[in-house]
Amino acid sequence: MQRTIQLLLFLAVAVVSFGLAHPLWAVEPIKIGVAGPLSGSDASFGEQFWRGAEQAAADLNAAGGVLGRPLQVIKADDACEPKQASAVASRLVDREKVVAVVGHFCSSSTIPASAIYADAGVLMMTPGSTNPLVTERKLSTVFRMCGRDDQQGVVGADFVVQRLKAERIAVLHDKTTYGQGLANAMMTRLHALGKKEVLFEGLTRGEKDFNALVTKIKSVQADAVYFGGYHSEAGPLVRQMREQGMKAPLISGDGIFSEVLVTAAGGPAYVDGVYMTFGADPRNIPTGRGLVELFRKNGYEPEGYTLYSYATLQAIVAAMKATQSTDGEKLAQWLHNNAVETVMGKKAWDSKGDLQVSDYVMYRWDDKGKYKEVE
Amino acid sequence: MDIYIVGQQLVNGLVLGSTYGLIAVGYTMVYGIIGMINFAHGEIYMISAYLTAIFLALASYFGLQSVPVVLLLVLFATVFLTALYGWSVEQIAYRPLRHSNRLAPLISAIGISLILQNYIRISQGARNQGVPPVLDGVWRIPSSAIDQHFIQITYLQSLIVVTALASMALLTWIIHRTALGRACRATQQDRIMANLLGVDTDRIISVVFVMGAAMAAVAGMLVTLNYGSFDFYIGFLMGIKAFTAAVLGGIGSLPGAMLGGVVLGLAESFFAGFVNSDYKDVFAFSLLILFLIFRPSGFLGVPEVEKV
Repeated sequence: MQRTIQLLLFLAVAVVSFGLAHPLWAVEPIKIGVAGPLSGSDASFGEQFWRGAEQAAADLNAAGGVLGRPLQVIKADDACEPKQASAVASRLVDREKVVAVVGHFCSSSTIPASAIYADAGVLMMTPGSTNPLVTERKLSTVFRMCGRDDQQGVVGADFVVQRLKAERIAVLHDKTTYGQGLANAMMTRLHALGKKEVLFEGLTRGEKDFNALVTKIKSVQADAVYFGGYHSEAGPLVRQMREQGMKAPLISGDGIFSEVLVTAAGGPAYVDGVYMTFGADPRNIPTGRGLVELFRKNGYEPEGYTLYSYATLQAIVAAMKATQSTDGEKLAQWLHNNAVETVMGKKAWDSKGDLQVSDYVMYRWDDKGKYKEVE
Repeated sequence: MDIYIVGQQLVNGLVLGSTYGLIAVGYTMVYGIIGMINFAHGEIYMISAYLTAIFLALASYFGLQSVPVVLLLVLFATVFLTALYGWSVEQIAYRPLRHSNRLAPLISAIGISLILQNYIRISQGARNQGVPPVLDGVWRIPSSAIDQHFIQITYLQSLIVVTALASMALLTWIIHRTALGRACRATQQDRIMANLLGVDTDRIISVVFVMGAAMAAVAGMLVTLNYGSFDFYIGFLMGIKAFTAAVLGGIGSLPGAMLGGVVLGLAESFFAGFVNSDYKDVFAFSLLILFLIFRPSGFLGVPEVEKV
């Protein structure tokens, strides 16, 4: 008798919890993948992606969802590794059956993953992959919400030559698709300006000791160092430059746009005089003020690509609403021809999937570990 | 070629090599005694970096000001807890496999390495972590130098070299002058015979793991203080480099590990400094392959004699 009661109770609990998890009366949600490095040394960027997209989905659902269905965002961790990126892309497409993807971050992950989405006819828009190749392969369903490294590198080179008046420029990179691509773009512009780099070399991701390289930079008497790469290497690099008594500024790109740079360098004193390019800070755009307040109230500073990720989901949903469809080709067609009002202002794309207007500006870190736009 | 730049690269290589050497000791001792490569050793080093940060934070929480006191306390606490990790790994992953084939503990080591890495990633977060600068200051030679013409070594860098030498000396003394060391050497030479003569070889193997982990903890603490930041993934590359150092020096040989570390550190620094840093790792691992082909016993290793 007791066993029967136990069994009945168990069944009751099971039915109730099953009912809670999958309400039978609800409509099937529209699934959207959010892919980026949620682990590994670039995890802070993955967190920016996830926070932005999650908040956008919550807000859009509160406003009634899309096509009469709620949005569901699916987390996918690529750890900034090309192999894992392909694997999670296949999972999102085959198992989760997502209709669109917000992601990925590292260009070396975005490029292989985008081929899988394109084959499946799934719309992909990256909030933060800047390598030109992402959109240069004639994949009609691939978009980005950010600028390109051949724009970012130009801004970097112009700044080094015209504002810093540097004569002896060392160019370093981390041998990744993104880092080396950015360094090359910067050098192309440098040559166009009639300057030549005094040093062009790569370092190894995952290492902490760059002292030998720093001594070499010192020996060629560089007065500015440009670095294409991410904050986990930029931090130790700038620290060791300062420790060896080099005062030359370090200039980098969007890959170091995170307060984690201070931790990676081991203290705010070391990041003083570091410059970086990034889009005009979206936190200062009037349309996003309410959202920024909301993030801060929840104890999260929406820096870097957080608002980009929010805007990316907005753009995807705007296309769904306009076309009344979730078909990747139709959404892409619409996005190529129409502008979208996002939290970051009005955005429009060209035939490749790049933004029509990119707005790279230079930021400078101070000795308190904060960054501000250079006037 | 500028003498100061050569000197500076010498310093860079020596510091880097000392840390490789300290970690290589763990590989070489374990190999010497049970003929196994402990692939989880890099993760033990990684854990010691986290412990260093935790104890540094504790020290500042309790308001300790004196730098030598803080460093000593952190050192002892880190070494103790890291050694505990080394001991547990041996108990859990290797001891039950003592009498199985040679491949089993190797796979078990890779497994433990993945477990430790992911455990730290999940419990401590995947982000970069950092410690505040503890010991600032540099020596410059000549001290009156203006401009760029000087060789410099920071206090921490000299601490790394000195501590590495001191702990190597201590370890060598233990192995060669104490009863415990004699038991270690006996176990290394012939485990069955040592057992018959009353040496508790299982305990000795544990002790070897503990000593290896302690040396890795010394390296972990010094490296963390020197570079200021770490993450859950630092053990991988460092482990491979240290393993290379152990092979270069002659795996199984204690002074060889230190020598191999310093040679590898110097080779990397000079190659990056005077040839090309892109190919630094290609060069380092080419060196490993050349040694494996032409001198598998390394600098100081004894060629293996087939036991009949």
